Amino acid sequence: MRDMLCDTASSLFVRNLRVVRNGKALLNVSRLSLDGPGPTLILGPNGAGKSLLLRCLHGLIEPDQGRVEQDGTPLTDRHKAQQAMVFQQPVLLRRSVAANLDFVLKRQGLPRGARKLRIESLLAEGGLEGKARQPARSLSGGEAQRLAILRALALDPETLFLDEPTSALDPNATQMIERMILRASSRGVRIVMVTHDIGQARRLAADIVMMQGGHVVEHGLAKQVLNAPQSDAARRYLAGGLVT
Amino acid sequence: MALILNGDAELWAIVLLSLKVSIFAVLIAALIGMPVGAALAVARFPGRRAMIVLMNALMGFPPVVVGLLVYLMLSRSGPLGVLELLYTPTAMIIAQVVLVTPIVAALTRQVIEMLAEEYSEQLRSLGVSRLASVPVLLWDARLALITALLAGFGRAIAEVGAVIIVGGNINHVTRVMTTTIALETSKGNLALALALGAILIGIAIAVNAMVSAVSLRAEQEGLRHA
Ligand SMILES: Nc1ncnc2c1ncn2[C@@H]1O[C@H](COP(=O)(O)OP(=O)(O)O)[C@@H](O)[C@H]1O
Ligand SMILES: [Mg+2]
Repeated sequence: MRDMLCDTASSLFVRNLRVVRNGKALLNVSRLSLDGPGPTLILGPNGAGKSLLLRCLHGLIEPDQGRVEQDGTPLTDRHKAQQAMVFQQPVLLRRSVAANLDFVLKRQGLPRGARKLRIESLLAEGGLEGKARQPARSLSGGEAQRLAILRALALDPETLFLDEPTSALDPNATQMIERMILRASSRGVRIVMVTHDIGQARRLAADIVMMQGGHVVEHGLAKQVLNAPQSDAARRYLAGGLVT
Repeated sequence: MALILNGDAELWAIVLLSLKVSIFAVLIAALIGMPVGAALAVARFPGRRAMIVLMNALMGFPPVVVGLLVYLMLSRSGPLGVLELLYTPTAMIIAQVVLVTPIVAALTRQVIEMLAEEYSEQLRSLGVSRLASVPVLLWDARLALITALLAGFGRAIAEVGAVIIVGGNINHVTRVMTTTIALETSKGNLALALALGAILIGIAIAVNAMVSAVSLRAEQEGLRHA
């Protein structure tokens, strides 16, 4: 979709990426393109290296070998500034809901009035109207995760990484977050999201990356991967459903 | 007790001087101790571990020894003798700053280090540099830092050994609550000593109440490390 909207689509690409700890290769991905036509969902069992991959893509971890490329060059600080990440455990500042958003907007140098308007529209986007002054740390799990997503969106990112943003949430809270993600995607934000929820992958994904043991075992359009997986690993994971 | 209720002028002058000296000392200790503690928490440099050990050792330094060292610095033949600060309230402030700064710095380091660990990836993701993260961490640790300052104030106001050495316990000039209690008790003037003791206890209770209020506030805001 991004391509079709001719959003001067920048490319995000992984080349021969290896992360080694204590002599063990935790991540070993020879090539992976993250320029699908919509949200890319990374699926796989616990310990598959999904979070590690996301951290590499966002430049939080320097790989021991290989690299992440954007627009054909190794990831630069400028590229990183156009990415945002929502962590599995939302890390909210010990401030009010509005101040968490203001923190990001202020760093972008927006004047006060513009920040106020932006905060209002963001809160509306996340269904957090009326919570502006509440301490962020007192939000419920779903609200906290929504705020974390809003704060990421406040950066106006080109790419948004999400690490199991709904893994601890009930179906209702999950649905609100999925809608936010789909709206961002349709505005042209590249979504790369980790999940272990196959249903969620079915609902959101344009393409799916299946991981196991630090490897990408399968990557393809969602329908294809979900309905006709090619690899044994993917077949087993999908057959196991949510359990793994 | 009649002394307190009757608003005895001498007594209240002593209380006021105590508060003034200790509040000043804590403010100065905050200005030094918080940046030092934050730097030790966030920066990585050679000698950092040694500094932390030193700071923790200073925290447990006997006040009398601190008094002695400050005395030597300020005495006529000492390096700062020309300033003629010995036996002035300023000398007492200096001694208390030396006592309180390590407490503030050590507690600040502890709090900031814990918070930095939690925040570091998120702040890096938001493009906040290590240096720029310091004010963010200090602000977000504000409730815990207030608690640290209250702890420092508690130590300063209740301390006797250091201020008696550098202040000299001079009537109307450097007599604070603790030194007056020590002196008046030995002279047998128990009324004044007891009145001051009661006020000192009242201050201690007030400080503790403030600490409780701060941690209650922290709980309401859902802050774990505060
Ligand atoms: N800093 C680290 N040091 C050593 N091992 C790590 C480190 N980070 C992650 N791992 C290991 O790498 C593997 C993949 O972790 P992760 O990417 O978090 O998995 P997941 O797919 O569940 O997100 C796990 O076995 C984990 O224990
Ligand atoms: Mg993970």
